[in-house]
Amino acid sequence: MRKVVLLALVLFSGVLFAARLFYLQIYDASPDSLAQNSAIKVMYDYPQRGYMFDRNNKLLVSNQPSYDVMVIPKDVKPLDTLEFCGLLKITKEEFKEILRKARVYSPRLPSVVLPQLNKADYASLSEKMYKYQGFYIQRRSLREYQVNHSSNVMGYIAEVNNAIIEKNPYYQMGELIGTAGVEKEYEDVLRGIKGVKYIQRDRFNRDIGPYKDGIFDTLPERGNDIQLTIDATLQKYGEELMIHKRGGIVAIEPDTGEILALITAPSYDPSLLVGRDRSKNFTKLWYDTIGKPLYDRVLMGEYPPGSPFKTLTALVGLQEKVVDTLDKFYCYHGYRYGNRILGCHNHPTPLAMVGGIANSCNAYFCNVYKRIIDKYPTPQEGIDAWRKDLMSFGLGDFLGYDLPSGKRGNIPTSKYYNKIHDFPAHNWNTLATISNAIGQGEVLLTPMQMANFTAAIANRGYYYTPHIIKNIIGPDTIPKKFKEKHYTAIDQENFKPVVEGMYQVYERGTASSIKVPGIAVCGKTGTAENFTKINGKRVQLTDHSIFVAFAPKDNPKIAIAVFVENGYWGSRWAGRIAGLMIEKYLKGEITRTDMEKYVLEGSLEAEYAKPYSGQPFSINH
Amino acid sequence: MAANKSYVRFDWLMIFMYIALVSMGWINIYSASLSDAAKGFFDFDQIYGKQMIWIGLSVILIIFVLAIESKFYERFASIIYIASLASLVGLFIFGKTIAGATSWYDFGGISIQPSEFVKATTALALAKYVSDIQTNMQDLKNQIVAFIILALPAILIILQPDPGSALIYAAFVFPLYREGLHGVYLLLGLFAVMLFISTLAFGAVWAAVGVILLAGIHFYRNRKKRPNIIKYVLIVTTCVAFAFSVSYIFNNVFKQHHRDRFNIVLGKEVDARGIGYNTHQSEIAISNGGWLGKGWTQGTQTKGNFVPEQHTDYIFSTVGEEWGFLGSMIVVLLFVGLITRIIYRAEKQKNQFGRVYGYSVAAILFFHFFVNIGMVTGIFPTVGIPLPFFSYGGSALWGFTILLFIFVKLDGSNYYYA
Repeated sequence: MRKVVLLALVLFSGVLFAARLFYLQIYDASPDSLAQNSAIKVMYDYPQRGYMFDRNNKLLVSNQPSYDVMVIPKDVKPLDTLEFCGLLKITKEEFKEILRKARVYSPRLPSVVLPQLNKADYASLSEKMYKYQGFYIQRRSLREYQVNHSSNVMGYIAEVNNAIIEKNPYYQMGELIGTAGVEKEYEDVLRGIKGVKYIQRDRFNRDIGPYKDGIFDTLPERGNDIQLTIDATLQKYGEELMIHKRGGIVAIEPDTGEILALITAPSYDPSLLVGRDRSKNFTKLWYDTIGKPLYDRVLMGEYPPGSPFKTLTALVGLQEKVVDTLDKFYCYHGYRYGNRILGCHNHPTPLAMVGGIANSCNAYFCNVYKRIIDKYPTPQEGIDAWRKDLMSFGLGDFLGYDLPSGKRGNIPTSKYYNKIHDFPAHNWNTLATISNAIGQGEVLLTPMQMANFTAAIANRGYYYTPHIIKNIIGPDTIPKKFKEKHYTAIDQENFKPVVEGMYQVYERGTASSIKVPGIAVCGKTGTAENFTKINGKRVQLTDHSIFVAFAPKDNPKIAIAVFVENGYWGSRWAGRIAGLMIEKYLKGEITRTDMEKYVLEGSLEAEYAKPYSGQPFSINH
Repeated sequence: MAANKSYVRFDWLMIFMYIALVSMGWINIYSASLSDAAKGFFDFDQIYGKQMIWIGLSVILIIFVLAIESKFYERFASIIYIASLASLVGLFIFGKTIAGATSWYDFGGISIQPSEFVKATTALALAKYVSDIQTNMQDLKNQIVAFIILALPAILIILQPDPGSALIYAAFVFPLYREGLHGVYLLLGLFAVMLFISTLAFGAVWAAVGVILLAGIHFYRNRKKRPNIIKYVLIVTTCVAFAFSVSYIFNNVFKQHHRDRFNIVLGKEVDARGIGYNTHQSEIAISNGGWLGKGWTQGTQTKGNFVPEQHTDYIFSTVGEEWGFLGSMIVVLLFVGLITRIIYRAEKQKNQFGRVYGYSVAAILFFHFFVNIGMVTGIFPTVGIPLPFFSYGGSALWGFTILLFIFVKLDGSNYYYA
């Protein structure tokens, strides 16, 4: 016993240490992650974000250096807060709050104290930075806009939030990500790949050289430049035409589906969302709930399409063989059914198809629509057949274009009507949906969808998915889906009378006063009734002014949809704007400068103020 | 002196393990103390360069120790002991204070810490006294004398104050037990340690409640044997008094940094950035090693100097990080092997002096090894004592070298002696 006690203890200690070492080194060893190692500092090297060019290689957006003040909370040593806040131009309370938030996010990972300093601020701050341990300046690249338009197309970049970081570990607090428009859609292309440097540190947080001589370090990869389908000149012109109006313009090249212009109004200068005033400006735009400058009306706005929809009614009628181009219908100042009347304006009567389109006769299209639906044994089957034809124009669903926002619009189904009429308890018939004939009623389209069906008519039967990307410079390729033809359900020969009708709109119809000199334009006016609620009461507002057009008649180069909220009749604002846009694009100059001046100077602000005035007001004058 | 007296045979296994430990120690000191200013292996301005000088001088020391007649150590044990005590007393007059402890003599820039040598001289003195034909370890009077031999240097060292080094003298209970000290002392010591820890962990009141409860249960279970109540009361009173005095000493005599060191291990402090920093960093470094380690001079925690005192008391964390589980186990096995070998050889000694001394050497090395690695791996409280042969420091290296090689000499001479 006396001989073995010490010996036993020695052997026991050997086993004890073996177990402890096994536990520490093998069993409980933390994964060998460089980012978690307190002795390794991870430094990121941010690449240049890709530039954007318009279709003619005009530079739209490039980069400028910007400097963020960053903090790693655990490294912060007591400091002269007052002096530092003075340098940063923030109050002590703000500074404390920022630090608190940073610590909550992570004591170990960097957080932004103050984003996007300009060169001058950076210069004065960088001399003194050595005094403030735990703080450093991170160089980033920031957008520099070369143009003051296209903000809705390009979108913007913003700091990532926690939700994004959790989903995508590539991003770290304070980094930027495209959050709207092309910046969002093509984030992976534009962003490039950030470089990483691992730096060995000692216990005082001093850098003592690259970790393992930098074998794990990577170089940043610059983002790819991209060329957009936008024509900067046309885009800029369109935005100018839309000043003091609300609505939007979409112009598409029918041959390719390339979006030539995508204008929403009111808009904003993209430079507002860069630099230290970004958050102030963004808040201002965000809280403008009346003008909604951040709301892309041409992609997100679902409007009754009004009379341009009649071209589709005609096409479906021909395709369903319920009407001949020579069939004439009488108009008794409108379409009478039962003891009701769907009114119409003054025009010659009776009219066949071309005349019906040119004069936008409501009665004509109600008759055609009724024949379409009544071709089938039940209105349910009729509606669904009608809907199927329309869906082939990309209506009633997402179009599949390469911008991150959009709406389906509405092409009602039989189910939809069954539900609102409480079928089968109550029956419904074609006449209950008759407003669809003229693009009112339940039908809703986004201006983008209107432009797309116009492009399909211009092509006499097919369209390409509209897209904003022309080329990704580098890989020199764009997604295949933008090169596929989508055929509509309408046979090619059926387009001829409709196109002729749209041509006659200018020649002798509703747009005869706004002809575009020297260009054979096909168009269709639209005037859509619309309503809002004021204090819970349904109130009618001045009609929306709508216009779709393509030109030239043969071999079209541009298809356009213009939507002006509360602009009254179609040729008043939308028709003029469409004509000016077409002329600008095809000729490069404007012949009718008086009309241009009228549109540029015209304002609908008084009209928009009416519902908010609190006073009774009259409409449509 | 007759020629046959010099006929010796050294235990080369022991010497080999010593060389292995010292060499590995230096390799790790090199890594732990490497800085940008270093100019090659032989830069004597660097810590590892200085250690190389200490190791070189150790060789001369070894030759001296082995050259001296082995009977000399036995005959002059008392004088050497008294001289070494005098060197401890001298510190109070001539000593140099480093980090609050007056434990050093300064010889023109070279600091010598006498307490590192006193372990060996105390072992000699104890061996001499115990091996005396008239000494019987079962006799209380002899026990007291032996206790005084150990207590004198321990008290002088506590006064420096260097409680860590003084703690080492508890190791001498093992040779004494081997030589006949009653086992109850070992058990009493163990019980005292447990009561001590419970008091610190749960407070004196709860420790006292525990003791009373235990005594009550014991009394109840033996009630048919009609146990003596007075005996129980005496034991319980002593225990409770012990608990409260521990509590008092801990709170009123101990300094804050001593209290902190205990609190970490008792789990009362979990603040990794505060006083638990050393142990925490040491554990991180060791964890980093994995199976095979990061490779020599490649440890990130070692390079970044995250572990304080890494080249001295925490040198084993470098082994852990850079050589991994494999390297750490080699070091552990070398220590276990060396100590086992010493115990084995001590048992083989033909005279009691050699055996007691051998046991003392084994016990001292074991105590250092156990407390140091226990501390570095976070099992035990932080007690600042070096890892023998490994840690940086000339006095410690020399002290352990002398301690070990006197035994090598005694052991070698014993083969054909007498």
